[in-house]
Amino acid sequence: MPEPEPLVAARRVALQARPGEQVEAYVARSRETEVSVLRGDVEALTVAEQFGIGVRVLVDGRQGYASAGSLDPDSLDDTLAEARDNARFSAPDPWQGLPTREEATAVAPPRLDLWRDDLEAVPTTAKVDLALALERATSGADARIRGVESASYHDAAVQGAVASSLGVEAEARRTACSCSVAALAGDGDETRTGYGFSVGRTTGDLDLDAAAADAAERATRLLGATQPPSQQLPVVLDPLVTSSLLGIVGAALSGEAVLKGRSMFAGRVGEAVAAPLVTLVDDPTTEDARGASTHDGEGVPTRRTVLVAEGELRGFLHNVYTGRRAGEATTGSAVRGLGSPPGVGARALALTPGARDPEAIIASLPAGLYVQAVSGLHSGTSPVSGDFSVGAVGLMIRDGAFAEPVREVTVASTLQRILLDVAEVGADLTWLPGSAAGATVLVSEMQLSGA
Amino acid sequence: MLDPDICARTLGVALRSGGDFAEVFAEDRSSSSARFDDGRVEDVVSGRRRGAGVRVVRGESTGYAHTADLSEQGLHDVAAAAAAAARGTPGETRVVALDRRPAPRPHPVTIRPESVDKARKVELLERADAAARARGDAISQVSAGYADGSRRILVANSDGLLVEDEQVRTRLSVSCVATGDTGLRTGTESPGRTVGFELFDEFAPEQVAATAADRALTMLRARPAPSGRLPVVLRRGAGGVLFHEACGHGLEADLVDRDASVFRGQVGERVASPKVTLVDDGTYAREWGTYAIDDEGAPARRTTLIEDGVLTDFMWDRLRAEKEHRGSTGNGRRETYQHLPMVRMTNTYVLAGEDDPDDIIADTPYGLYCVALGGGQVDPATGDFVFGVTEAYLIENGRVTEPVRAAQLIGNGPEVLRRIDAVGNDFDTWAGTCGKNGQGVPVSSGQPTLRVAELTVGGTARA
Repeated sequence: MPEPEPLVAARRVALQARPGEQVEAYVARSRETEVSVLRGDVEALTVAEQFGIGVRVLVDGRQGYASAGSLDPDSLDDTLAEARDNARFSAPDPWQGLPTREEATAVAPPRLDLWRDDLEAVPTTAKVDLALALERATSGADARIRGVESASYHDAAVQGAVASSLGVEAEARRTACSCSVAALAGDGDETRTGYGFSVGRTTGDLDLDAAAADAAERATRLLGATQPPSQQLPVVLDPLVTSSLLGIVGAALSGEAVLKGRSMFAGRVGEAVAAPLVTLVDDPTTEDARGASTHDGEGVPTRRTVLVAEGELRGFLHNVYTGRRAGEATTGSAVRGLGSPPGVGARALALTPGARDPEAIIASLPAGLYVQAVSGLHSGTSPVSGDFSVGAVGLMIRDGAFAEPVREVTVASTLQRILLDVAEVGADLTWLPGSAAGATVLVSEMQLSGA
Repeated sequence: MLDPDICARTLGVALRSGGDFAEVFAEDRSSSSARFDDGRVEDVVSGRRRGAGVRVVRGESTGYAHTADLSEQGLHDVAAAAAAAARGTPGETRVVALDRRPAPRPHPVTIRPESVDKARKVELLERADAAARARGDAISQVSAGYADGSRRILVANSDGLLVEDEQVRTRLSVSCVATGDTGLRTGTESPGRTVGFELFDEFAPEQVAATAADRALTMLRARPAPSGRLPVVLRRGAGGVLFHEACGHGLEADLVDRDASVFRGQVGERVASPKVTLVDDGTYAREWGTYAIDDEGAPARRTTLIEDGVLTDFMWDRLRAEKEHRGSTGNGRRETYQHLPMVRMTNTYVLAGEDDPDDIIADTPYGLYCVALGGGQVDPATGDFVFGVTEAYLIENGRVTEPVRAAQLIGNGPEVLRRIDAVGNDFDTWAGTCGKNGQGVPVSSGQPTLRVAELTVGGTARA
């Protein structure tokens, strides 16, 4: 049975709104391929086409929500009926409601080219060959690589549509593919791991050699790592680490977190929350950003939002609900999955890059720690309190160059302090998976805990 | 959920191109949740996901395809796609005869969640909110969430197995923010069980809310955590996360097989203090990681992983067990029908020892006492792991004194297991979600109060 186009299915549900009721349907459809290889052979190959629908019903400011993983007519009817029933049990909220046409057309949607027809034409065997080539390239990158823990390829072609009874409609589609590899370096007595990846919109964008070289270098340069003594020192964050850190900062810049008193930035607009060289912008209209999108999860066009300008907090991200409640407008920042109503979040955060490349930043440091990767981001950090304590591996910096590798350490500060202690942002802005771009960042002081 | 004849014919299609093994996994999942936040019932949400996946194993390779279309044609289409993914060449349809087997129930579900009116679920949250706010004026925000889910699964495979199970889980989660001179602090408590609405006979919403609120209030007067190596005492329950990370993942046979575990080749060797006995047991009544059968149809069971400090076995799924010509331990799990199964933990527990928990603290001149943990992460290939503490206190001169702020603890699994020098005679468990390769599954960890002689604490204050 052929499934309907997402917008057709969404519209079909939205049109069933009764008088006094607002109905919104969000429909997603994706085609995915996932390949993992091990020791020169395919370990697993998954092909799938998935559908899903999420329905929001609002009656007198009461919101109900239901979702299903199928678009057959019975499923659509059941989902709408469930959402209606759920709305009876929530409390009325005067700001709650779907975007009006005015809110959805206040800015024009950006023109973005996020879809590549040729990805669908790539045969599965070519995707398998890609993963196998990545594994081979990683194994052969360095004599000290003793194995590859995993090498994989993934792609997705995703179409989404929103339609509401207020007449708001939006469609978006994108393709994405990625390959990643985890290398094992060392002999039986010592093992170090390193991760490498490459992302793009179609297979031609992927740089296997760079991913392999990255994984091999990150694993081998940690060989011989030891635990240094506890100390305070300047810390240089790898672009991957910066991206993760910005993801947490982004959570604290969500209008929902701010309005509900769950953000360290609440009530601080206009204050200096970061060093003057810090400018932080969320711009989902950036084509290269992995989170780029023409519309947000409520069908409102995305736009550029300046959050921190030269260290000063300028504002927050909003969806329609938080925008109305804050007395501001939506910033087109509704984010959603299928399972729950839209929230608020960043899609494409980036620091304004500085002038120097990472090598020059490191060369300027008499001593410090280069943090290559962190662990425990979700257990040791909080966008509410600003607590920040994470496990780290990396290299000591001495006299402007990498020195001995370190492991079994944590680096700690607070997110508030880290933003104020940013001493330099590198010129190496890179878009990475997730909601934030990476760049090398020098933090003037953090506490390293070790021996 | 699916007609046995349709399953058998689908398996036939899956093996038409050859292959050593084929499996149909069907799932029907219903969930219901409600969130009370910012002083009001914000959302009531329902979800339904139905679908099936077909797996074809050929040598070392697995082909997988899945669909939400449970018609016979839909299943045959994914069977053909899985067979093609396993790189077979078209041939004769094989006939598979299925033998339906009963799945043993670990325990009954007394009050089915869907039989409970949504108004009663919402009312629980109102009670939690009121109880949390009553703990003190400094409680500035409360979010309370209720969630239940029923997951029916069916597994049919080319060995002739046909088995079905239903897993019902219910959870309450309360998160509080306390505001004071030191800024915002948080406290969370979220008990969950593989049971229905009877969860609330065991956990009154008021009590759960009070625990979360008191945790946030305590953190308001917390000072920065110490930095450096010191003795760490983990209170019963919460600290089980340490074992989940320090060795649980490293004892999963798929990681061992890919040479990504520090415990590879160490069965029969001493890997931990003689005080440590560790089991993974999916049969514990009511626990968060419990089930009758795993997502490959194998019965859950108790596997002793470490006995008196000696490594006795790993955890196995079907694929890895076949390779070693042994049986699965019932640890083959998947998040949904859209995922391939892999080796996962269930309820992973350190068994109670002989030390008095009070004595463990009294015997510690200086150290950290951890009461609540926020989760962790491990690199199984190196054994280096972290876990975050969300409620912790200093131990000074054998007494628990001041609270300290949240911090990460870091250690190396094999080293930390050897450094456990006291194991209490108490015990408790903790419900969580374990993530591996992008799949999250419900697990519990458990342990008695115990002490690690030395562990690196990642605070900001010099010890």
